[in-house]
Amino acid sequence: MRLSKAWTVASKDFKTFTKKKGILYSSLYFELVVSIGLPFLVLYISGKPNAVAALPQLLNAFSFLFVIGAALLPVSIASYSLVGEKVQKSLEPLLATPTTDEEILAGKSIAAFLPAICSSFIGALVFTILIDLFTYSPLKYLYFPNWDFAIILFLLAPLVCILAVGFNVLVSSRVNDVRTAQQIGYLIILPFGAVYFLTELKVLTQTTNNLLIMAAVVAVIDGIVFYLVRATFQREEILTKWK
Amino acid sequence: MNMIEVQGLTKKFGDFTAVDGLTFQVAEGEVFGLLGPNGAGKTTTVRMLCCLISRTAGDAHIAGYDLANPADSLKIRKLIGLVPDNIGLYEELSAYENLDYYGKLYECTPDERKTRIEYFLKMMELWEKRDLPISDFSKGMKQKVGIARALIHDPRLLFFDEPTANLDPESARSIREFILQLKKEGKTIFFNTHNLDEAQRVCDRIGILKTRLLAVNTPQQLEKNVWGSRTVIQVEEVSEPVLEAVRRLDPVSLSVEENKINIGINDPTRQNPDFVQAIVAAGGRIQYVTQLNPGLEETYLKIIQ
Repeated sequence: MRLSKAWTVASKDFKTFTKKKGILYSSLYFELVVSIGLPFLVLYISGKPNAVAALPQLLNAFSFLFVIGAALLPVSIASYSLVGEKVQKSLEPLLATPTTDEEILAGKSIAAFLPAICSSFIGALVFTILIDLFTYSPLKYLYFPNWDFAIILFLLAPLVCILAVGFNVLVSSRVNDVRTAQQIGYLIILPFGAVYFLTELKVLTQTTNNLLIMAAVVAVIDGIVFYLVRATFQREEILTKWK
Repeated sequence: MNMIEVQGLTKKFGDFTAVDGLTFQVAEGEVFGLLGPNGAGKTTTVRMLCCLISRTAGDAHIAGYDLANPADSLKIRKLIGLVPDNIGLYEELSAYENLDYYGKLYECTPDERKTRIEYFLKMMELWEKRDLPISDFSKGMKQKVGIARALIHDPRLLFFDEPTANLDPESARSIREFILQLKKEGKTIFFNTHNLDEAQRVCDRIGILKTRLLAVNTPQQLEKNVWGSRTVIQVEEVSEPVLEAVRRLDPVSLSVEENKINIGINDPTRQNPDFVQAIVAAGGRIQYVTQLNPGLEETYLKIIQ
């Protein structure tokens, strides 16, 4: 596989997104709320009496939202990237070029993965700075960085992001319009949302070990989804069965 | 040298046979038209030859490269250009950006891309609109950009799949003229159409496809093979002695319509003077002698039926 070809495909999608800003903006609202809105909520709460003891648990819970963000952010981009090609009927001329299926798939995946993970990292940076700034005084120590957040950000979030991209490729092969692809694609958030609420309900606990186990499970699912995506993203399949 | 060589090419989708046992060759520099009704297998044939879908049986070679060999697939795609029936441009991008993207995918250098994009857009009178998004273009303009996209890497072989379908007559004409210009430049062109007039104007040879290849030849020869040669002799009055004189020369067929004698002849150049002489000798007064051409449409319909 030639990475330069994959990058050409991805660059074209980046260019498209800069012209269809709605696709990018729709992905960024969540990131803005988490990385800026939540620290201000924490600032408000930390001023309340007896709030200091509850702060670590609250910040732990908020950290997990970056996993949900990693599942959410690539959905609109991945949906548009593939279903957009279907709608514009541009897959046939694209597949007629001397570009392999793997290079096209890699390009499409990079186009969805890179903006999502970059915005996650930038959001996380803003989040950690603001949280440390607002909580240093009541906690008397810097809450971030910590190992759990590092696992969430550098291991779990990328794996979840890959899963969301793969899931959306599978969804895109079965639907004909971008909105339907997005609506179905957002279902990928459900298992991670469930983990978040079960943690809040104290059914699960967010420990380093649990996060590592979760990362391992997601990695295995990534492998299965990758296998399915490779089987689906075949030029003959695309031209004759992707309706 | 043959640019395309196809032997027994077959494509099945489950139990449905889309293309059955195609055998034909297309010489380098030739314009070959594939005619057939909707669902005849024209697009499937083009897709197989462009390495977009696999064949179920048979062999095919493009410029000597084997379609069945996966290692040849990228080489084949490098030397062909495809204008699909759905042109499939990126509506948000400009004409220039669309062509530049495909130039990169076809591995053209930045200089080649710049020069060729400018050349084609100027030739197609779209240079002034190069920065407008494709969504602002008319259907005919999009079709021109689609053709430029197929030519951006200077391919040796071009596939056109219904290139003038749904275009207004003026746009269709300019596309046809451009295809004829490519023919003059020596490009090999494989042309799918169900526009018979267009096929007759543009193609050197025509294949008539309805799942199987029913006939392949030049348009003139196809007509001749189906209908034979027919001469119509219009006389002042068709009398029995005149008809008897014609019958004595043993024509392939003979019919009379008002004062026109319709004669089927194997070799008109040699036999026409004999028929004229016989009619005059029998007292017939000849008004006109014409060669009857049923046209490609009649020929096509006869073959398809």
